[in-house]
Amino acid sequence: MHELSITRNVVAIVSEHAQQRKVLRVTLEVGELSAIMPEAIRFCFDICTQGTPLEGARLDIMQTPGSATCRDCGAEFALHDILARCVCGGTHLVRRGGDELNIKEMEVA
Amino acid sequence: MCTTCGCSNMEGVIITDPASGAMRILTKAERDHMHAEGHPGHPHAHTAIYAPAHTHPHTHEAVVEAIPAALHGTTIALEQEILSKNRRIAERNRGWLSSRGVLALNLVSSPGSGKTSLLERTLRDLRGRVTMSVIEGDQETMNDAERIRATGCKAIQINTGKGCHLEAEIVGEALAALDAPADSVVMIENVGNLVCPALFDLGERAKIVILSVTEGDDKPLKYPHMFHASELMLINKMDLLPYVDFDVERCIANARQVNPNIQALRVSATTGAGMEDWYHWLQDLLHSSQMGRLVHSAV
Ligand SMILES: [Zn+2]
Repeated sequence: MHELSITRNVVAIVSEHAQQRKVLRVTLEVGELSAIMPEAIRFCFDICTQGTPLEGARLDIMQTPGSATCRDCGAEFALHDILARCVCGGTHLVRRGGDELNIKEMEVA
Repeated sequence: MCTTCGCSNMEGVIITDPASGAMRILTKAERDHMHAEGHPGHPHAHTAIYAPAHTHPHTHEAVVEAIPAALHGTTIALEQEILSKNRRIAERNRGWLSSRGVLALNLVSSPGSGKTSLLERTLRDLRGRVTMSVIEGDQETMNDAERIRATGCKAIQINTGKGCHLEAEIVGEALAALDAPADSVVMIENVGNLVCPALFDLGERAKIVILSVTEGDDKPLKYPHMFHASELMLINKMDLLPYVDFDVERCIANARQVNPNIQALRVSATTGAGMEDWYHWLQDLLHSSQMGRLVHSAV
């Protein structure tokens, strides 16, 4: 489960920035096309934060869509699903974004 | 998604050279030291079990460049990529590989696709034509590395323990242990799993996804990220096609729905059918990477 690996990276990065202060909140940006399940991150977060400055912190996950341009008809639209098609039926899409995996901000005591 | 694993801080990862039996178990403390911050550019010795021990200078980039944090009261804006460390190490691997003209390919599949058999046949058939070595990723056993070594090819085993994918840092260590010659190919056989390895760049030139006709032609739609990330799909076990319910054309159409640019080849590692097409693909890519290196060194 790669979410565990992802979550460990989050805890490591946030702990470093916290510099011993208690972390109250962490906000992540997770693209809708990123192959990451927010629920799995939440599950791992509770486990991975134990005994760290993040223990008990609130986890906010912002899910952001990608966007696509259809090579067949030129339409541009928000892409919420990696298997989505264009309204014209086209599947030859040029994808932009949607695979973000970022720590946006954190709040410390 | 794989539910059995509990990856992957690299603690407990084992790197083995089956030729000598030399083994190295990475502890948390060791990993933390190897890429500790705050002392860039110093020379240090790796705890080398691979003779001869080597000392060389290299830089450790700081994990956080100049803290991109703006303080708003108690809120700290980070805007930091979660996988930035893996990405940076992958880029370092890529630079190291290209400076030597070594073509690295990341082979991904579900368990049971015949990936190791396909690799064995490739190593045997291309012996004398292409110099190849292998980084073999597996959760527990050494079996696959032994099979690879039986072909006369050098292999380094990485046992990830519970880890369900390889990461760039550990592959960098394995590359150093492998010490592949210039103008050769390194095949990285990833852990059998079509989800997690899609996310982790190892520094390879391309991902190749292997799918067998015994699996189901809808697999590209079930695991779209992996097919989106791969440049080539090898449809293996074509000799079994008459006995299974698998539509090759539909499989390719499904793969192109998630990745219009993916190339597809039909092969059988058992009979050898179609394998020459795969060898041509491989050699074309090797030549283009060699040309790239020549152009680069001429500038
Ligand atoms: Zn369209």
